[in-house]
Amino acid sequence: MSQLTSTATTIPSETPHNRAVDWGYKIAKLFPHVILIAYSVLALFPTVLIVMNSFKDRRDLFRVPYTPPIWFSLENGFEILNLFSTKGYEQVFSRASIFNYFGNSIFVTVVALFLILMLGSMASFALSEYEFKGNRLIGLYMAIGIMIPIRLGTVSLIKLMNALGIYNTQWALIFVHTAAGLPIAVFILTEFMRQVPTELKDAARVDGASEYRILFSFIMPLVRPALATVLVFNMLPIWNDLWFPLTLAPAGNVRTVTLGLSEFAGQYKTDWTALLAALVLAMIPVLVFYTVFSRQFIQGLTRGALK
Amino acid sequence: MATRRARWHHLVVFLAPAVIIYSLFLTWPLIDSLRASFYDQQVSTANGVTTTTQTFVGLDNFARLLNDPNSTNYDERFLNAFGNTIKFFIIFMLVQNPVALLLATLLTSRNLRGASIYRTILFTPTTLSIVIIGWIWTLMLNPLWGVINNIFKTVGLGSLIPKEGWLGSPDLALTVVALVGVWQYVGLPMILFLSALLGIDGELIDAARVDGASPWNVFWNIKFPLILPTAGIVAVLTFVGNFSAFDNVYVMQGSQAGPDFRTDLLGTFFYRVTFGAAGQLPNQSMGTTIATMMFLIILTGVIIYLFGVQRRLVRD
Repeated sequence: MSQLTSTATTIPSETPHNRAVDWGYKIAKLFPHVILIAYSVLALFPTVLIVMNSFKDRRDLFRVPYTPPIWFSLENGFEILNLFSTKGYEQVFSRASIFNYFGNSIFVTVVALFLILMLGSMASFALSEYEFKGNRLIGLYMAIGIMIPIRLGTVSLIKLMNALGIYNTQWALIFVHTAAGLPIAVFILTEFMRQVPTELKDAARVDGASEYRILFSFIMPLVRPALATVLVFNMLPIWNDLWFPLTLAPAGNVRTVTLGLSEFAGQYKTDWTALLAALVLAMIPVLVFYTVFSRQFIQGLTRGALK
Repeated sequence: MATRRARWHHLVVFLAPAVIIYSLFLTWPLIDSLRASFYDQQVSTANGVTTTTQTFVGLDNFARLLNDPNSTNYDERFLNAFGNTIKFFIIFMLVQNPVALLLATLLTSRNLRGASIYRTILFTPTTLSIVIIGWIWTLMLNPLWGVINNIFKTVGLGSLIPKEGWLGSPDLALTVVALVGVWQYVGLPMILFLSALLGIDGELIDAARVDGASPWNVFWNIKFPLILPTAGIVAVLTFVGNFSAFDNVYVMQGSQAGPDFRTDLLGTFFYRVTFGAAGQLPNQSMGTTIATMMFLIILTGVIIYLFGVQRRLVRD
């Protein structure tokens, strides 16, 4: 991450076709970079600070919080400072069932996203393809959920999950996240599916393709960008959610990473080395994923925002 | 365009799963929760069997929320949480959204090198969970570690540090928690503004530039009017988000929303009443009543947006 900032700072601010020595112009060109770099530092500093200090022991993280774990000192000539310690990580691994939490988060997120994409595509296909009484009404009904936060129904949700026998299981989370994700999925996918030319679908029908085949092997590949957008819109809210794991699945063995971290942090709030290590471990999957897919990720969000 | 006449079995197979899950896990709980706010629920355990009885009480729960004769102080807490939520919302509107607009505008300035790198960096905090972000800032703001305090002292603003600590200060805690939220979530409105700005016809701006308009004029006279609909969406999303906010305060200040309920929001109040908290038994009937009030507030905001703001903005 810090590498990214340094690349950003070395980017020349002139553009090729404006080489004239015009100081006013140059300063004006520099202005966006000054603010963007300052804000980038503000955005990255906390994360970098926590990562750095998670690799020190308690004494050093309090004594020299701004010093990287491996650094140098010039006080008595050149000297390598080695503050590197993995004590915090060892404590987290011995105390918290962190891999269990990751497994739960992955299961809930993957299944919920799969259901949102599948059921969302199917419903959008029906709404965009078939004429029937109540078509617009169902579309409108599904859209209400975009604005109304489902957490206001938590008391009744708990009752419902108990009645279904899935309270305190991952399925409670999966169904709630699916229901919460469907409105935006149907909204986006219907828009995109309407743009698929009718002639193409009718040609496939003449060739004897079933409606299921038309949707799954024909329409869905065509609206891949829209599916990606739906995925991006729902992925992080599901992975990062705290409210529903806390209220619908608080038991130790079904905890997600977000809830697991919240409980761990509350319990070990005075154990700074373990706490910092736990924070870093919890952010690794998201940061790795985001760094690898940031382009697609932001493109997906931007595309959705245009709708 | 819907062109095909539906065959009913296709309709059922394609529509039913989504509609059923949505109705069962979203619509029904919301409606049932609204209904429950007109009932008083008593849970009693006798001989190991738990029985729940519900009595219709009309608007009694709402009356109690607005004027509570008991020691539970629901009225005082509700008014306090409502006021704090409004403050929270105002801070987001005044800080998060203008900063997001500024960043998006800078990111779309002409010939900016490294725009995609900046964009990636600026969005990073938004990808992390509030539990991670909340704890990172709680630790940094902690006077024991002093990471933030040292920075204030270095730049000569040491006198601003409250003696109870940033998160312990009755006057500042709410603002500090809100600003941490702003810091984290600024990426979302930024992306919305960014896509609106990228959608503006470049020729329009080029024409204005040729006519000698300064970047400042181009922004206020061309770009800003064109992105007003997005500003409306951002405002209503901020409103809905804030009036159901819970996580920021729960992570940084706990469900007691200290100091002395100074950071209590409607969301944390709802949680405490529903699930109980130190020295207070859970009361699901009052919990659903608070949820209904939140629902009505959010609905009012959304309706004002849909019928007042959006129409005017889109027509312009």
